[in-house]
Amino acid sequence: MALERERLLLIGAGMAANRLLGELADRCPDRYDVTVLGAEPHRPYNRILLSPLLGGEKHVDDLVLTESDALSDARFHLGDAVVQLDRDQRVAVTESGARFSYDRLVLCTGSNPIRPNLPGSDLAGVHTFRDRADTDALIDATTTARHAVVIGGGLLGLEAACGLARRGIKVAVVHLMNWIMERQLDPAAGALLRASLETRGVDVITGGDTEAILGDERATGLRLKDGRELPADLVVFAIGVRPNVTLAKSAGLTVGRGIIVDDGLTTSDPAILAIGECVEHRGAVYGLVAPLWEQAAVTAAVLAGDDDSRYGGSWVSTSLKVTGVELFSAGDIQAAPDVEEIVFEDREAGIYRKLVVRNGRLAGAVLLGDARDGAWYLDLIRSAANIESFRNDLIFGRDFIAMAEAAE
Amino acid sequence: MTDTVRTTCPYCGVGCGVLATPDGKGGATIAGDPDHPANYGRLCVKGSALGETLSMEGRLLHPEIGGRQASWAQALDSVSESIRTAIAEHGPNSVAFYLSGQLLTEDYYVPNKLMKGFIGSNNLDTNSRLCMASSVAGHRRAFGSDTVPGCYEDIELADLVILTGSNLAWCHPVLHQRLEAARATRNIKVIVIDPRRTASCVGTDLHLALTPGSDVTLFNGLLADLDRRGLIDREAVEDYADGVAETVAAAKRAAPDVQTTAKLCGLAPGDVAQFFELVAQHEKVVTLYSQGVNQSTSGSDKVNAIINVHLATGRIGRPGMGPFSLTGQPNAMGGREVGALANQLAAHMDYGDAGALDRVRRFWKAPSLATGAGPKAVQLFERVARGEIRVLWIMATNPAVSLPRSDAIRQALEACPLVIVSDAMRWSDTVEHAYIRLPALAWGEKDGTVTNSERRISRQRSFLPQPGEARPDWWIVSEVARRLGFGDEFAYDGPAAIFREHAALSGFENDGSRDFDLSGLATVPDQAYDALAPVQWPVTAAAPEGTKRFFADRRFFTSDHRAKLVPLAARKVAHPVDRDYPITLLTGRERDHWHTLNRTGKSARLTLRAPEPVVAVNPADAQRLHLDDGGLVKLQSRWGGMIARLRVTDDQNPGTAFAPMHWNDHFSAYARVNALAHPAVDPLSGQPEFKSIPVRLVPIKRDWEAVLLMRSRPVGIDAPYWAIASGAEHWRVFAAGDGTPEQALDQLSTLLPTGNSLSFRDPVGKRFRSAVIADGALAAWLDIRPPSMQLDTDWVGALFAKDRLSPEERRALLVGRAGAVTVDDGPIVCACHHVGRSKICRAIAKDSLADVRAIGVALGAGTGCGSCIPELRSLLAETTKVEVAA
Repeated sequence: MALERERLLLIGAGMAANRLLGELADRCPDRYDVTVLGAEPHRPYNRILLSPLLGGEKHVDDLVLTESDALSDARFHLGDAVVQLDRDQRVAVTESGARFSYDRLVLCTGSNPIRPNLPGSDLAGVHTFRDRADTDALIDATTTARHAVVIGGGLLGLEAACGLARRGIKVAVVHLMNWIMERQLDPAAGALLRASLETRGVDVITGGDTEAILGDERATGLRLKDGRELPADLVVFAIGVRPNVTLAKSAGLTVGRGIIVDDGLTTSDPAILAIGECVEHRGAVYGLVAPLWEQAAVTAAVLAGDDDSRYGGSWVSTSLKVTGVELFSAGDIQAAPDVEEIVFEDREAGIYRKLVVRNGRLAGAVLLGDARDGAWYLDLIRSAANIESFRNDLIFGRDFIAMAEAAE
Repeated sequence: MTDTVRTTCPYCGVGCGVLATPDGKGGATIAGDPDHPANYGRLCVKGSALGETLSMEGRLLHPEIGGRQASWAQALDSVSESIRTAIAEHGPNSVAFYLSGQLLTEDYYVPNKLMKGFIGSNNLDTNSRLCMASSVAGHRRAFGSDTVPGCYEDIELADLVILTGSNLAWCHPVLHQRLEAARATRNIKVIVIDPRRTASCVGTDLHLALTPGSDVTLFNGLLADLDRRGLIDREAVEDYADGVAETVAAAKRAAPDVQTTAKLCGLAPGDVAQFFELVAQHEKVVTLYSQGVNQSTSGSDKVNAIINVHLATGRIGRPGMGPFSLTGQPNAMGGREVGALANQLAAHMDYGDAGALDRVRRFWKAPSLATGAGPKAVQLFERVARGEIRVLWIMATNPAVSLPRSDAIRQALEACPLVIVSDAMRWSDTVEHAYIRLPALAWGEKDGTVTNSERRISRQRSFLPQPGEARPDWWIVSEVARRLGFGDEFAYDGPAAIFREHAALSGFENDGSRDFDLSGLATVPDQAYDALAPVQWPVTAAAPEGTKRFFADRRFFTSDHRAKLVPLAARKVAHPVDRDYPITLLTGRERDHWHTLNRTGKSARLTLRAPEPVVAVNPADAQRLHLDDGGLVKLQSRWGGMIARLRVTDDQNPGTAFAPMHWNDHFSAYARVNALAHPAVDPLSGQPEFKSIPVRLVPIKRDWEAVLLMRSRPVGIDAPYWAIASGAEHWRVFAAGDGTPEQALDQLSTLLPTGNSLSFRDPVGKRFRSAVIADGALAAWLDIRPPSMQLDTDWVGALFAKDRLSPEERRALLVGRAGAVTVDDGPIVCACHHVGRSKICRAIAKDSLADVRAIGVALGAGTGCGSCIPELRSLLAETTKVEVAA
């Protein structure tokens, strides 16, 4: 090779890295000499499938992600976290002392689960649920545990709870707010989802504020601030994640809630880009996979030399990955004086749909039990299309609108 | 499967022969009887749908006293004891019977005999007073008898047919079919005289939309014109008729020429001239007339104005000519034959004839024969209101709906110490008001005879079992007679015995002096009665096969056997329009409905055309009164009000409105048109004036419209406006009102049955829908929407026929539209792009997708988070296997 290739270093070997490698393979497979550094001892895997893995519905082999394989000469250095970043020297140093120089660097360090500082939160039997190691530990624990409590009734907590329930132990979810997934669901959908989870062996306690985890060495229970106590020999914190900004911060990059990036996914250091859950873009921090795909595409384009490539932020939608539960939520779904709500319910079939319309445009959608039109609604929300002409049948889904249009 | 039974249709006076083949499960298939001379196999839409009206829904099947089920013995004892007590304490005139053209002749004969001959009161009238009394009065004035001179064949033999006050196409459809069939082979001119442009006007030669009530003037004008043309052969006419000169002179005074006639009738002179010309040109003229003539305070005069023309021109009693009264009810004629009218005695014999009184007394062995005419229907109920009637027995009719000023009639019923009804139906506003309810047989169960408009007696035969404890009317009345001590005189063992007595009375000391004579059938054996072929009376020794026409011999049934022309001057309607009530309301029928809906209201087919009460007005009036087509309108007269949906149509003359007579409290919130009708009656016939009611029209505020479809009939609907109609295996409720749609939802939701519910709410769009599913099948479907939105419920309505809804149907249920083109995508596999399992499998098979990447390109599945890729792989494997196996 006549020219020395630029050195591209990726810190983080998760789903963002995997996707970025795939995008690079498509756009500029030969441009960079790529090295990927991972804290976990695994090639990129599908973190979203950790819940079904926990539930025994998937095998670890199912988690394998293969897009990065397309960039076959990328080197992986795994199981060795980066502890220091020297931007002047353009060198990353790992825990083991290995040093990796770069011309361009992409941070995709992801996020860390929040572990609150509650009495008893350091007891044995208290877990988080973020990675393969957490999952393995939880699966181990289910062989002896009888009562599990998941603290946090958001997406991840509910998936974890369902996974644990499938392992045959009693599971309760303790949620601080008055209904589960309160940011994605309205109270009615929350109640329906709760009923659906309860048929899967997951008890839900709403308005539950954990005061302490009980036990001497091992967790034995949970006490709420209202005095209620729950038996728990397995406790899982699922109250959210924080962008992993430790390295960026120590390297002096501009950091807010996440690593601040511009529309070119570039940090305060022009040589350093960042994508995924660790970044903050236009004030938004994303904890879902879809924005990551969009960011990876833009980042790959920028790295390929397309300076005009811009990331404008993502419209996110939420889908719960629990077998038998179809749930979709997107946009602004909370009641407000200036919005029109359209609701469809078929309780026996477990179907609930709510659309929120503002100024003749779809602003939000919640679909429970029948989520087949989710992508279409998300498109309508993203595109801010005028829906007045088919507003009356909008809630019944694209099939019926297409019929009406075909009939005209 | 039982054998086919020949019987007669229970609807209009055409009296079509019907072949009924019971299915052994309470239903029957229905066909026209090709051998019946009324219809030769034809049936109208109502007749052909008879099979859909045989259900037990809404039937009265057990005797009731005070709302509680009772035994027949208790009920009959109670009725007879009440009658006995009333007679003892207040005299025989404290008891009254109100009968019906729906009764069979045999069922009619027995109460007439009991009341007039044995209770000894003349308090007996019939709902025929509301439809045929003016024809009866006109006939008797002209002919000395209630004689229909011609026959249906005359309509086909005529060169000119005049329809006056008759919407033949809707009200006597099979005769209309016969007329049209004849017109297809021969040039028969048709003139329609009707304030409305009706279906009967289609394809006719002239429509005279005259001012309501001006008929006498029009026919006076015609008579005067015919005289001017020299078409009245005075010498010949004076051979058999009196009053020719005076009548023609009166006509000339009233309507001297075309111009005057046209002006008085609100017609174009050219049209009037054409009418006169056509009548002058054609000798073979049949004038068909019905309620537009009869239901008027000058109804008798209208009838005589028509008959005058026919008598004066000799156009009567000969093929293809004659005045022809068309009866509304299946046995109006039979009722007139037994004499069950307040001003008749029996068998075409009159109170005014001392010989007749003596004859009937002897024939019946009557202990206390009534000796003078009694109160006609409207007067009879005035006596009820005044408390003079202590016991009122109503049989097979619904006066709470059908009498004028029906709100006042309800008050009278409420005030009456004892109201007894015998009826087949429980769904009847009148039955609601009765203390003693006696279950009578319905069509298909009862057995006897009826007489149609051309004097043809036909058998109505039973082909269904007697349901519950229902009994024949003749049996019920005979049992009461027996309890009153008249067992010997009412010891009938069946309808044949009654018919023989009725026929014998008609022939008793007759010798050709009375038109109605069935002496040829007075000894008919039971078997021959059962097999009786349709026959036109008179049936005598001289005419054993019956008689087609009367008066060919110019011999009439007056005392001097001469016909009478009646000099006439037009009278105004009783209550003309004025400033406060500026619109003339006319009432009548819908094509597919009958009377108060309790039979046709059961048929989805018959209900389709007119599921709601509608009032029709001219566009100019609608605009002036700010009334919207399809909106709600309140009609108010000085006597009552109603709310109906407005239909704006050119068929209606400016200044007039039309509303159908069918709706009642069992089928609509507030749409009894006869509540508006005034009580003025024809002085001779006592018939009310349903065709000229002064009203005002006011728009009703309508914020929402609702449709409720329910498998079982909802009760207690609470809305300012509603109407209920049957659908296929469900009922349809249409409702509208003011207030918020949320209030409407709250009110209407209380009607919904329990079950699994689906709901759709769009509060800003003011749209709400819900459905209830019970045992997998659709039980109810409710839609509330803004009045501006249209709604088609055909698809949803059809779902009631299904035992179980498919997932696709359930999904489309609240859309309200067919989901036929919707393909089920199956459970979601790719949650990111919402791609279902079935959709993926179809794509794999159809497009031969080889791998996960190909699925991603085609459907997007697997290109999001990738969680579904393992499942996609297994689907690829499975689907390929299926393909190989296939």
